[in-house]
Amino acid sequence: MTQIRLTTPLTDEDVEKLRIGQRVSLNGTIYTGRDAAHKRLVELIAEGKELPFDPKGQVIYYVGPTPAKPGAVIGSAGPTTSYRMDPYAPKLYELGLKASIGKGRRSEGVINALKQNKSVYFAAVGGAAALISRSIKSCKVIAYPDLGAEAIHELVVEDFPVIVVNDTLGGDLYDEGIKIYAAK
Amino acid sequence: MKTVNTTAITEAVARMSQEANYYLGQDVLEGFQKALDEEISVTGKEILQQLIENAKIAREELVPMCQDTGYAVIFVELGQDVRIEGGDFYEAIHEGVRRGYTEGYLRKSIVSHPLERKNTGDNTPAVIHTKIVPGETLRIIIAPKGGGSENMSQIKMLKPADGIEGVRKFVIDTVRSAGPNPCPPIVVGVGIGGTFEKCAQLAKEALLRELGEKSKYPDIAKLEEELLEEINKLGIGPQGLGGKTTALAVNIEIYAAHIASLPVAVNLNCHAARHKETVF
Repeated sequence: MTQIRLTTPLTDEDVEKLRIGQRVSLNGTIYTGRDAAHKRLVELIAEGKELPFDPKGQVIYYVGPTPAKPGAVIGSAGPTTSYRMDPYAPKLYELGLKASIGKGRRSEGVINALKQNKSVYFAAVGGAAALISRSIKSCKVIAYPDLGAEAIHELVVEDFPVIVVNDTLGGDLYDEGIKIYAAK
Repeated sequence: MKTVNTTAITEAVARMSQEANYYLGQDVLEGFQKALDEEISVTGKEILQQLIENAKIAREELVPMCQDTGYAVIFVELGQDVRIEGGDFYEAIHEGVRRGYTEGYLRKSIVSHPLERKNTGDNTPAVIHTKIVPGETLRIIIAPKGGGSENMSQIKMLKPADGIEGVRKFVIDTVRSAGPNPCPPIVVGVGIGGTFEKCAQLAKEALLRELGEKSKYPDIAKLEEELLEEINKLGIGPQGLGGKTTALAVNIEIYAAHIASLPVAVNLNCHAARHKETVF
């Protein structure tokens, strides 16, 4: 299967050409965030305050890694279930976020936000946390250290493997995959 | 009468917390391999290969196979002729979890209050289920349980008239509505009978069984087989991206039921079906 290589920050053109089922290898800086961090980001937006990073063109990875062993860049770092971020995600897409990475279905609100803001949703393989960690080259906490594993980290990744699940046209690989393989 | 010291219990729990998270069981690895041979989806095959590779890296580098190193669920079978000495038995278990999760660089995922949500910082408390059994053996099993699959689990009080078809429908509907969220290929633990809380515990106990180990009741073993086949026809596939391999096993535990009740619980486990045991 061919892989499309992309480097962050992503442009409209980068994501508009993506279609569901395609494999993408991501490179460059990405940011982590789970429920608690998203809640704080959306509160900052509501108050009109500056965010810890500018979402424009960026990618957020839904992950809460294990602590790094001595000498390691990061611990195991596979994707977490994305629906918990659904209430907050559309706001970030409105501010120019180009992609999120997680696992599992997104709400209709998120799928619409992807279409309206020319953004995509990627799945990484849930549970493949030791394997995925190998593509993470550096890691630093940039906000909310009090949240521990849920703090916002800035990661530099090389050939981080993801699959396009929701594209800018409203396609959904979870729906299409089941349609193809469900026994008639 | 056998005597077991709480220090040994703490040590065993600390060691097992780490081993359960670093070493995926041979039965699950064999399940992946079998699924890989049978899977028709190219994406599904790629995912299964990644899971096999992931388990290998975790084992070799002694790192957790998944970042969600789970709620430490502990099953204890305490022989009635065993004497525990050296202190509080449950505290010895919590201390083992505390030590194992800290020294093993495992993620601490437990918040002390479900609404205030402040992390306890050491993955305690554990959830402990204790059974008193005859004899002088103490058996401790740890089954770290991830949140993603736990959240997709369901329980329902069916009517006796719903019967086996009602059970079938509820199990299938639970797996279908969980879709990609519990990280398929999953292991499906089912409890049928008992009371509301007994049923849920049966479903969790069912997850402790080795893959391929069938129920000792022939009719239930047949139901396990039929449900597995039906689930794998849903098309959900590895990670929910389409394919034949949605579940690796369906394990059912049953218990006596009230004349008015037919409780059914479905506890889903992700592909990291972790459990380790120590026998004293």
